[in-house]
Amino acid sequence: MVSADPTKAPPVLLQMRGIVKQFPGARALDGVDLEIRAGEVHCLLGQNGAGKSTLIKVLAGAHQPDEGEILVDGTAVTIPHPVAGLKLGIATMYQELDVVDGLSVAENIYLGHELAVGGFSQRRAATAHTRAILKRLGHGDISPHREVGQLSAAGKQIVSMARALSHDARVIVMDEPSAVLDSEEVANLFRVVHELTSSGVAIVYISHRLDEIRQIGDRITVLKDGRTVATNLAVAQTPTADLIRLMTGRDVEYAIPPRPPVPDDAPTLLHVDGLGLAGSFSDVSFDVRAGEVVGLAGLVGSGRTEILETIFGARKRTAGTVSVGGETLRPGSVSGAVKAGIGLSPEERKSQGLILDEPVYRNITLSTFTRTANASFLDEAAERRVAKEQIDALDVRPSDPARAARTLSGGNQQKVLLARWLVHGCRVLLLDEPTRGVDVGARSEIYALIANLAKGGAAVVVVSSEIAEVIGLSDRILVVSEGRVVHDGPATSIDEHRVLDLVMEGSAA
Amino acid sequence: MSEQTTPGAAVPGRSVTELAGDVPVHADRPAQAPRRGLLHGPAGRNLGLVIALLAICIFGVATAGERFASPENALTILRLASVTGVVSIGMTFVIIGAGIDLSVGSVIGLASVWASTLATQTMAQDLNWGVMVVTALAVGLCAGLVNGVLIAYGKVVAFIATLAMMVAARGLAEIIAQRKTQVVSVQGFLDFFRGDLIGIPTLVWIFVLVSVAGWILLNRTTFGRRTIAVGGNPEAARLAGIKVKRHTMYLYALSGLGAGIGGVMMLGRTTAGSSTNGLFLELDVIAAVVVGGTLLVGGRGTIVGTVLGVLIFTTLSNVFTQNNLSSSAQAVAKGVIIVVAVMLQQRIAGRTPAKT
Repeated sequence: MVSADPTKAPPVLLQMRGIVKQFPGARALDGVDLEIRAGEVHCLLGQNGAGKSTLIKVLAGAHQPDEGEILVDGTAVTIPHPVAGLKLGIATMYQELDVVDGLSVAENIYLGHELAVGGFSQRRAATAHTRAILKRLGHGDISPHREVGQLSAAGKQIVSMARALSHDARVIVMDEPSAVLDSEEVANLFRVVHELTSSGVAIVYISHRLDEIRQIGDRITVLKDGRTVATNLAVAQTPTADLIRLMTGRDVEYAIPPRPPVPDDAPTLLHVDGLGLAGSFSDVSFDVRAGEVVGLAGLVGSGRTEILETIFGARKRTAGTVSVGGETLRPGSVSGAVKAGIGLSPEERKSQGLILDEPVYRNITLSTFTRTANASFLDEAAERRVAKEQIDALDVRPSDPARAARTLSGGNQQKVLLARWLVHGCRVLLLDEPTRGVDVGARSEIYALIANLAKGGAAVVVVSSEIAEVIGLSDRILVVSEGRVVHDGPATSIDEHRVLDLVMEGSAA
Repeated sequence: MSEQTTPGAAVPGRSVTELAGDVPVHADRPAQAPRRGLLHGPAGRNLGLVIALLAICIFGVATAGERFASPENALTILRLASVTGVVSIGMTFVIIGAGIDLSVGSVIGLASVWASTLATQTMAQDLNWGVMVVTALAVGLCAGLVNGVLIAYGKVVAFIATLAMMVAARGLAEIIAQRKTQVVSVQGFLDFFRGDLIGIPTLVWIFVLVSVAGWILLNRTTFGRRTIAVGGNPEAARLAGIKVKRHTMYLYALSGLGAGIGGVMMLGRTTAGSSTNGLFLELDVIAAVVVGGTLLVGGRGTIVGTVLGVLIFTTLSNVFTQNNLSSSAQAVAKGVIIVVAVMLQQRIAGRTPAKT
């Protein structure tokens, strides 16, 4: 496929250079480079939040980059809207397949560029073309007249791909195409991908499944925190461990403050026994003592987030028990968990944590405003006071408690969430990706904060995609893979490589 | 648990108390992030509504003169506004909570019919006219609770659940009334609701009281804060420990109660219970709430805005009537106002809801 000799390499179809995309409060892309050659399967790797989705939206014309340039066939282009992207031969298959269930296969494929003469649709021509394209994809068995809603996820994907081809796409971006498919369907997908690439179409392939990338990828670009950390790696010559390290690891360029060991007589605050959630994870048992930080390490989709949410009652457990300070929690009751003194800082700050249009102080007191209230009457002065205390203690910037939460940066939004549980006086804190989308400076502050929480006697459970971070923060590490805890031991006796090995062993099983 | 035990106080090097005095003076300043001038933020939006109301009044004085500007006419406007107004207060809560209640008009009809059946009126004669009031409020509350349970626990979309209630309550009212008009003959009831206090009709007093109570409930109580949280981000509210489902149910119960009060007022105003009472009133109510600046997506809205929205529509109707313009022309004007008001609000809110 891709030869090492650059003179023999297929021509470069598409190049992105130094792409920057700024969103309010977050820099989604911070200098991304990507180079796509004709006929290759170029894999785009990165953790959740690394910027993959934003990047493909820039490529599709759905977002406009703030900086950087896009070159097609060596000529700089702008892609002001998705139709322009399609005209340039760039088609995108989004993760949530964008097909219309109520329309037929042919109607879906020609949606937005219907074959028509004077407003009258050329149904017969569309049907014929659809047949030809489906045949090319090896799916002559799908009738162009079939209603798309009746097709399986795999069938819908074929329709989505056929639509891309109907635009004469030369670059097809596939966002986690295998996520909804079973193994047989994945094999068929790969066959189609091979056929496409052998006819010169380039595929940008996004997947979390590294074994798939081994099977069909030619070259790899790795994104992390909105930046390209490695590009044009040849799949055949890059060990999987290196890939995971590129995605998750980073040199710890920020200080994780050392903490004294947890005293032996520290009481157990959180007791999780045989916890399970059907279809997600099973048989998770661990204790967290006062002053202890326990880290859950594992890849995206391993079940680590689900474990936290189930402990918290945000998902209703199907097996096992959770108890705080000896008191067993009712399954599926968040308010019960909060009352018992558990706080969760969720993975998706904006959609799960904050009321973005409400002022910062009300976000901080969201769990406690009933407590400061007198007989159901709010005491806003008291709320502002406790919020302001936390804003100053955690150095939330800007420090105006009346500002809308939306206007804060990721790191400061994270501090607001932590402040909420600090005001509440939580004994057990569950932190899901506490440093995602947080810049380096604020990271150190959040690490110090977590250390202080433990010092103050809280039991802390941390989930992070960055293995070095979990190890650095925690006293004990649980390695989670495929919904099972595959390792439980002190953080001092494990390193990043060992965690990666365990993760991969677990995935292989 | 006391606040003193917060582990956050353990952050070293900073004394928490020394900074506690730094509380901003403007306790109720809107939290709109980038403030872009006077008309931005809830207070500014209400100012815009006041200007609109004044413009309508000036137009009224200019075209109808004394007939419009008289105190009697002002009371007429207020009396007409009162039923819609009371129901709109309840609706404001539902919409801030990111819901909708289409059933209020029908529930008014049902409550007014139920409170004026022969049986209820006989009982009211024997005991106290308050029986009729209690009946209407109970009917409204129950209808609202049914809506709330269906939506919060039965996971029926609010639009559908309340649409079903709208149809069913109207039907039930027709069955009870047998499509006849039930004239109210309980004198105490009529005296109270058709009477006035220091020159202001009782109905207007009720509107004022309900508005003030609604304002306090929304801005000064935990119930109001929960409403904004549930409408602003239900998942965040749930993960903060707020019982979102239960609160959602309360919101519809509140709206039902508002419709029940509206039913009593309607009974007082028209002196008759009829299954057609409150027909299409839900449309006026929703229009007033939305024009008043409450976002249909939830999380934001004001009682003052709703009251102004109600007054704008009622005053406009009055001006049109004074000028002998048909109700059809009024309907067209209402439609235009709804669209213009909402478009202006989107401009002012400064954020385009559209996402690619």
